[in-house]
Amino acid sequence: MSFRNTLDKIGGRTMLVLTVLSGVLLLLMAVGLWMKSSPILSLKPLGALLFSGSWNPLRGEFGFYPFIVGTLWVVGVATVIAVPISMLTAIYLAEYADSRVKAVVNPFIDLLAGIPSVVYGVWGVLVIVPFVSNHIAPWFGTFSSGYCVLSAGIVLAVMIFPVIINVIIEVLNMVPREVREASLSLGATKWQTVKSVVLRRAMPGVIAANVLGISRAFGETMAVLMVAGNVAVIPKSMLDPAYPLPALIANNYGEMMSIPLYDSALFFAAMLLFAVVLFFNLLSRAVLARVEKGIR
Amino acid sequence: MKRLEERLFKVLMLLSAGVVMSSLLLIIGTVVVKGLPALSLDMITKAPGGGYYLGGGGGVLNAIVGSLLLAGGASVVSVLFGIPVALYMNVYCPRDSKLASMVRMSLDVLCGVPSIVYGAFGFAIMLVLGVKASLLGGIIAVSLLIMPTMIRAIDEVIRLVPPELMEASYSVGANRLETVFKVVVRQTMPGIISAVLLGFGRGIGDAASVLFTTGFTDRISFSLLEPVATLPLAIFFQLGTPLPEVQQRAYASAFILTVIILVLSLSARFLVSRYAKHTVR
Repeated sequence: MSFRNTLDKIGGRTMLVLTVLSGVLLLLMAVGLWMKSSPILSLKPLGALLFSGSWNPLRGEFGFYPFIVGTLWVVGVATVIAVPISMLTAIYLAEYADSRVKAVVNPFIDLLAGIPSVVYGVWGVLVIVPFVSNHIAPWFGTFSSGYCVLSAGIVLAVMIFPVIINVIIEVLNMVPREVREASLSLGATKWQTVKSVVLRRAMPGVIAANVLGISRAFGETMAVLMVAGNVAVIPKSMLDPAYPLPALIANNYGEMMSIPLYDSALFFAAMLLFAVVLFFNLLSRAVLARVEKGIR
Repeated sequence: MKRLEERLFKVLMLLSAGVVMSSLLLIIGTVVVKGLPALSLDMITKAPGGGYYLGGGGGVLNAIVGSLLLAGGASVVSVLFGIPVALYMNVYCPRDSKLASMVRMSLDVLCGVPSIVYGAFGFAIMLVLGVKASLLGGIIAVSLLIMPTMIRAIDEVIRLVPPELMEASYSVGANRLETVFKVVVRQTMPGIISAVLLGFGRGIGDAASVLFTTGFTDRISFSLLEPVATLPLAIFFQLGTPLPEVQQRAYASAFILTVIILVLSLSARFLVSRYAKHTVR
């Protein structure tokens, strides 16, 4: 065998190894997080960790309930804002806009996706927080510092716009043109066609796109950390501060090595986020893969 | 009624698209309006002096250098991993390969894993390897963070290479390894570079993954085993001080970071459109 062919063999094997490695990274991550959070899981029942409200690492009390509820609040608000706006924008771009509009808007959406989360945070602090504090809270007749669930939800919503919009556009583009033409030729208006033919056909994919975006919101850290207020109390309204899980992890990395079990507790929080994101992602990816096969 | 609904939704759609566009313009506008006046030559040419966070002199050169080193190192690591993986999945694996589709699925999910989780995972790896918070630790975490995105981006480009091109290469006696590196990689170079630029952009802008792993320092450091400063964390720390003049610097730093990201993103776009015409389709 010549040198060239030996090289070819070695090269092929190396690439195989690298490919398999990148494929098992997900598994490695799950195992790593599990191992690091097992000390706390072996000492405390899962139910107590998830549903206890007392958070006092110095006394060994690790109740994640306020942080979990805080996360859900923030993500919930972001979902309510982002889903309708992103869906309408995506439908507009995929079905209505002519190519010149697309040529302008699409790069903008990609730019929006590329902005670092800390910059979103700065924007949140400079624009959204004062707006909520000076305009929205007085409007409801209450006071808010502005560092609250609503601000975090707004900033998060803007951050997940591009994710949802891009995936929905992809899904809508998969719907064959003939389907639209058939509907239009029967006298349906453009919107009727979009509503009862295109969207109906693409609905699983559209939902998956939204789930994908929402799962992104769960783990977003820096921007939320900067605007959510970070008070470990269950928020009672949108104008109360919240302390979502990612912010908890990010804020306490400094102390975690000096208090027993603290590091394990934070790894447990990371594992929770990982599990939620993994579940949402696998689900929506599976739906998207089926849509891609079935829709054509 | 039909017409009314049509009108109503058209207006709603335009409004939504307007909200999306104006939020981007608002973000960039805010960063420019607040950041540009606060920007000075010192900001980009000096490391923080004594009492910097209390309003003393200096700049964020330490963070600019640190971020470039970190994102650069991580991009190199990721691309060295990414090109072979993308090549293997497209050229070596058969079209309907189980392995390739599983790896793609896993990478897609990894793209969605939050960066704070990469930070925690990277930190766990560092504990195993005995690495302290340092440039090296940061490169480990950030390479893991940007690798999935980068591989999938390169994968998408390589997938578009026409099979005839490879067959032509085989038919003149090249083996697979020669074909992939001399034909496929060359063909897709603009796409690969733009994938690297985007990964670099993601790496330079991410804060949550470097929080545990890279540490922070006010010095300009080039050592792999020393902590380095990063721009996003510099922004975060400066904004966290109660002093308005230090917060001004956070805005200026955010402006610097945004400009870097915009330049990267625009050059990636430019590369693709400029050189796409030279590739064989």
